[in-house]
Amino acid sequence: MSARVAVTVSVNGTTHRREVEPRLLLSDFLRHELGLTGTHVGCEHGVCGACTIRLDGAPVRSCLMFAVQADGHAIATVEGLAPAPGRLSVLQEAFRDAHALQCGYCTPGILMTVSAFLEETPDPTEEEVRHALSGNLCRCTGYQHIVDAVLLAARRLREG
Amino acid sequence: MKPAPFEWHAPDSVEAALALKAAHGDDARFLAGGQSLVPAMNFRIAQPAVLVDLNRAPGLGTIAQDAEGALRIGAMARNARIERDATARGSHPILAEALHEVAHPQIRNRGTLGGNLAHADPASEMPAVMLALGARFLLRSLRGAREVPAEEFFLGPLATALGPDEMLAEIRLPPLPPRTGTAFLEVARRRGDYAMMGVAAVVTLDADGRCTHARIACCSAGPTPMAAPLAAAALEGSRLEEADIAGAAALVRQEVDPMGSVHASPAYQRHLAGVVAARALRLAKARAA
Repeated sequence: MSARVAVTVSVNGTTHRREVEPRLLLSDFLRHELGLTGTHVGCEHGVCGACTIRLDGAPVRSCLMFAVQADGHAIATVEGLAPAPGRLSVLQEAFRDAHALQCGYCTPGILMTVSAFLEETPDPTEEEVRHALSGNLCRCTGYQHIVDAVLLAARRLREG
Repeated sequence: MKPAPFEWHAPDSVEAALALKAAHGDDARFLAGGQSLVPAMNFRIAQPAVLVDLNRAPGLGTIAQDAEGALRIGAMARNARIERDATARGSHPILAEALHEVAHPQIRNRGTLGGNLAHADPASEMPAVMLALGARFLLRSLRGAREVPAEEFFLGPLATALGPDEMLAEIRLPPLPPRTGTAFLEVARRRGDYAMMGVAAVVTLDADGRCTHARIACCSAGPTPMAAPLAAAALEGSRLEEADIAGAAALVRQEVDPMGSVHASPAYQRHLAGVVAARALRLAKARAA
């Protein structure tokens, strides 16, 4: 057991302070220390993408970072996407409308990946969408409806 | 799937990081982007007693051209940044082309070039690209600094010339001469998977279209990134016509030493080496003209 280290992070705009063991993964910190269970844990070795969060804006695997490394950084998780209780973001609504999820396990990671992708690539081709999704595994949908949803969200965001 | 306990240090200078590594030697690992080390720790394949986290040590992330036109990339420059960097894209476009094939966007946002190279996975794209570009690596320790050419750095699977107290601090890429074309191509089962075979090709032409210099290196092709010096030498003096390229591709097939995987037998990988090398050479030639 190694000494606990103080961590201060902003998650979806709220500052949290905890003392944690250095080996605590950021994914487990979000889920177990902060109770933000929207970030899912699949493979825990960086392959499945279920735990994708945004670190200072960039999508990263929260299972491949230690919570202590997030000290002083800003994190966004799926809990922060909806603009208000009972409302969905444009991206989330497109996923609902295009039936882009079945069991939903991979969805939070995919939403975090895509939210960043559409900021950088507002008018993507289908090929670009498929590349952007390559780091997120979905075992239900066969991906087609996810691709449809991303293209739908891009169009709605462009048209305001 | 949780790492074993370790002592964590996040020094705020390179010198402090080097002092920690010197004090702990092989018991300590540098933590760069963590995209290979942390999975190994989660599996407990790796159980370092001490982690020296480089993410708070300033000065390791610069990307810049030096006075001689060489591109210098700090070891902690993240792969996604190198992929988008205008200077790097201009001077060595093969970097962005190959990085596009390195894992997934989320991994590249965190992973660093220095960490990738120090990990020395022979299936990784970037060590092969370094061989093809004639890269030199700056290794630092409290004892001083030394420059090691890429071909002397990679010693085996996950094995490098780094001493227990040394850090890969900077990657130095010599400028590409005029009329040089580069290409990186690979064949993988899925986007972002390790390649079954990947080839980096660099060719330089003279004003008459004759090849004056060529370098070829492959990933997933042996215990280290595998250069193909015989194939490259055979191209020099030629006009890179189809027959020349076919001859070089045949030599590449002999020069690789693939180990096979669940996805591809060694014989299939060897076949791919010839096919992918020919495609990469055609593309490099077209870009050099």
